[in-house]
Amino acid sequence: MSGCRKRCKREIMRFAQYLLRLITGSLHTDTVEDEMEMATVRHRPEALELLEAQSKFTKKELQILYRGFKNECPSGVVNEETFKEIYSQFFPQGDSTTYAHFLFNAFDTDHNGSVSFEDFVMGLSILLRGTVQEKLNWAFNLYDINKDGYITKEEMLDIMKAIYDMMGKCTYPVLKEDTPRQHVETFFQKMDKNKDGVVTIDEFIESCQKDENIMRSMQLFENVI
Amino acid sequence: MAAGVAAWLPFARAAAIGWMPVANCPMPLAPTEKNKRQDELIILNVSGRRFQTWRTTLERYPDTLLGSTEKEFFFNEDTKEYFFDRDPEVFRCILNFYRTGKLHYPRYECISAYDEELAFYGILPEIIGDCCYEEYKDRKRENAERLMDDNDSENNQEGSMPSLSFRQTMWRAFENPHTSTLALVFYYVTGFFIAVSVITNVVETVPCGTVPGNKELPCGERYAVAFFCLDTACVMIFTVEYLLRLFAAPSRYRFIRSVMSIIDVVAIMPYYIGLVMTNNEDVSGAFVTLRVFRVFRIFKFSRHSQGLRILGYTLKSCASELGFLLFSLTMAIIIFATVMFYAEKGSSASKFTSIPASFWYTIVTMTTLGYGDMVPKTIAGKIFGSICSLSGVLVIALPVPVIVSNFSRIYHQNQRADKRRAQKKARLARIRVAKTGSSNAYLHSKRNGLLNEALELTGSTEDEQHTTKGTSLIESQHHHLLHCLEKTTNHEFIDEQLFEQNCMESSMQNYPSSRSPSLSSHHGLTTSCCSRRHKKTTHLPNSSVPATRLRSMQELSTIHIQCSEQPSLTTSRSSLNMKSDDGLRPNCKAAQITTAIISIPTPPALTPEGESRPPPSSPGHSTNISTTTTSNIVKVSAL
Repeated sequence: MSGCRKRCKREIMRFAQYLLRLITGSLHTDTVEDEMEMATVRHRPEALELLEAQSKFTKKELQILYRGFKNECPSGVVNEETFKEIYSQFFPQGDSTTYAHFLFNAFDTDHNGSVSFEDFVMGLSILLRGTVQEKLNWAFNLYDINKDGYITKEEMLDIMKAIYDMMGKCTYPVLKEDTPRQHVETFFQKMDKNKDGVVTIDEFIESCQKDENIMRSMQLFENVI
Repeated sequence: MAAGVAAWLPFARAAAIGWMPVANCPMPLAPTEKNKRQDELIILNVSGRRFQTWRTTLERYPDTLLGSTEKEFFFNEDTKEYFFDRDPEVFRCILNFYRTGKLHYPRYECISAYDEELAFYGILPEIIGDCCYEEYKDRKRENAERLMDDNDSENNQEGSMPSLSFRQTMWRAFENPHTSTLALVFYYVTGFFIAVSVITNVVETVPCGTVPGNKELPCGERYAVAFFCLDTACVMIFTVEYLLRLFAAPSRYRFIRSVMSIIDVVAIMPYYIGLVMTNNEDVSGAFVTLRVFRVFRIFKFSRHSQGLRILGYTLKSCASELGFLLFSLTMAIIIFATVMFYAEKGSSASKFTSIPASFWYTIVTMTTLGYGDMVPKTIAGKIFGSICSLSGVLVIALPVPVIVSNFSRIYHQNQRADKRRAQKKARLARIRVAKTGSSNAYLHSKRNGLLNEALELTGSTEDEQHTTKGTSLIESQHHHLLHCLEKTTNHEFIDEQLFEQNCMESSMQNYPSSRSPSLSSHHGLTTSCCSRRHKKTTHLPNSSVPATRLRSMQELSTIHIQCSEQPSLTTSRSSLNMKSDDGLRPNCKAAQITTAIISIPTPPALTPEGESRPPPSSPGHSTNISTTTTSNIVKVSAL
């Protein structure tokens, strides 16, 4: 009831102010000014030499990376919306927003809601120049949505559905409702050694190292930059 | 693909490592870079124009891009200069800021382009100098309004969720009568009845004909019953409309408080009050005055007319100017009325009996009406009277242009919104074309790639012109990425026509298969295409394939034989022959295709153009039209 009364009082005050302004004829104040206080987030990355030391890229490669990064995001950080937009440009036929969301969380290592250039470079450094162990670690981190060290079937199902969403509708053979689930079953059969329903990091790395296809495909993107 | 986004391609490819552990089959090879990737650096400065300045000049503002170490990212070792791939025109203003300390906004520049450049160089727009600040703020506000309109209309039109509740559809129909024909009909009907009601009210008071008696009767009393019926009908419609709107409103409390609903209520209340107290003579006088409120029904037209709404909105937004006008007028009236009263006090038989009585004279004079029912007689009165009329002209003329300019601004804004809505369709179509262009490029290159492999396999040297199609490195990398996704999910991208055809065929297959359920269930048939899913989502293919179509395609039967080498995939077999019920063809673990007889030339959309490739492991059986993929799915049309 007190909230109601407060609201009433506030409305009456506003009405009185409105009347006063009407009578005295003071002009309509510009309310756009109030939006100026919104702080514009700008981020500057660390110096080139520092990044070169921390990552496995050369100076030239870092320059190329930064130019692309800065072009798309002049403010220096990527927020999730921009990230999703950029990623969806590569997959015109499907819906890549869910997978982009998971990717964003994987890149945003400090979980502050935005990916800065440092996060970007560190992630890419692992993916393109890291050892196989590091890459597998990164993949595990991507699949482990709540970052608790275990991949459960539900998490894997979410990831799988996100990947299949990227394919879109027009596929051959046509996507059925339970294709992702079956794929998850296959995955768990392969990875879950002790059949306890979750995949730990060690099981994951061990199973991947035994699979020749996976090992080979990990080396695939070495020459990306 | 946008050129700027191409810079993110390495990232997207690197992120593809996330799919690798999930994939079950090997990935395709990555395209190699035949020549070292051309550095973007051309030995030029800001897009070709060289600017030179001292380093200390730039370091005056250390929290911007140019003043900090961030510019080292743009340093080119070879030419020892900093290269920025940005607009040189705007860069001129930015550099001048470092030199003079004042940031100017060039009028010919687009506001959003300018804002982007400022954001890139790390400069806050608040530093814009006083000389250009007003212009900047005005342009920015216009742009913001334009974007807001865009977003609003986008939200309104893309909010066509498949499942709107009945209440929501009704509300949408009320607010936007163009959504369905029923809404449009309702809209016109209510408009018609509003007009009828208003005209009735007017005609009621017209004297029509004399009664054998002495006085003229107004039509309302002569044909009382007819008018009463008309009134009742109109009020019925209005009441029903109001109740429907009340039911459909998403927030009933807010709806009740809104202006239109108050007008509605005021328009229909007099009738009900009249019904309640027809017989009481004492209050019939008050009842008569209530009928005045029936004229408010004319305001209901504002839902139907956009111009009225604009006028109302203008008046609301000019409320402060109007208030000022009123206040200043009141001041002047009181002053002049007092003066006139005391000036005319002396003269005999003057009409200026009191100050409030002089108000009427002052108002009539100041608005230059001049009825002439009250005129000053004394000389002092005449002098002050003339001053009064002169000042009246000034006081009224001043706020009017402000109101007019507000009205014109709002009117033009509305026109712009309409124009933008009309252009929006074209814009969306263009975006869609760009998207399908990119996906079609991939499918096209995929077929070309398969063709290349086929030609290599069969060793034919003809058609070499098909093999070399110059796709840029970026495109081939993008296609490789999409190919990896296909491999991960074991499904392929196809274009929409093929997809539709597949679904239609499978729905046709479903039709006889439902007749022989025992057969299908016994052999573990699962139809390969979207049959189950299709039945759930859209019923159209099943229903739009009428019996005539089936009859015309009776001779055509399609045999789907899918040979899959991956144990993880459900091997689906579906075979269908409308004429014969021998159902299954033996499945092909050995990737063989058995009989394929004649194929009717199917419409061009169904066949991929001009490719034929014998399946690699099938000996000598000829299939006329077939598409093959690495998982050996063969589609054969048989008569």
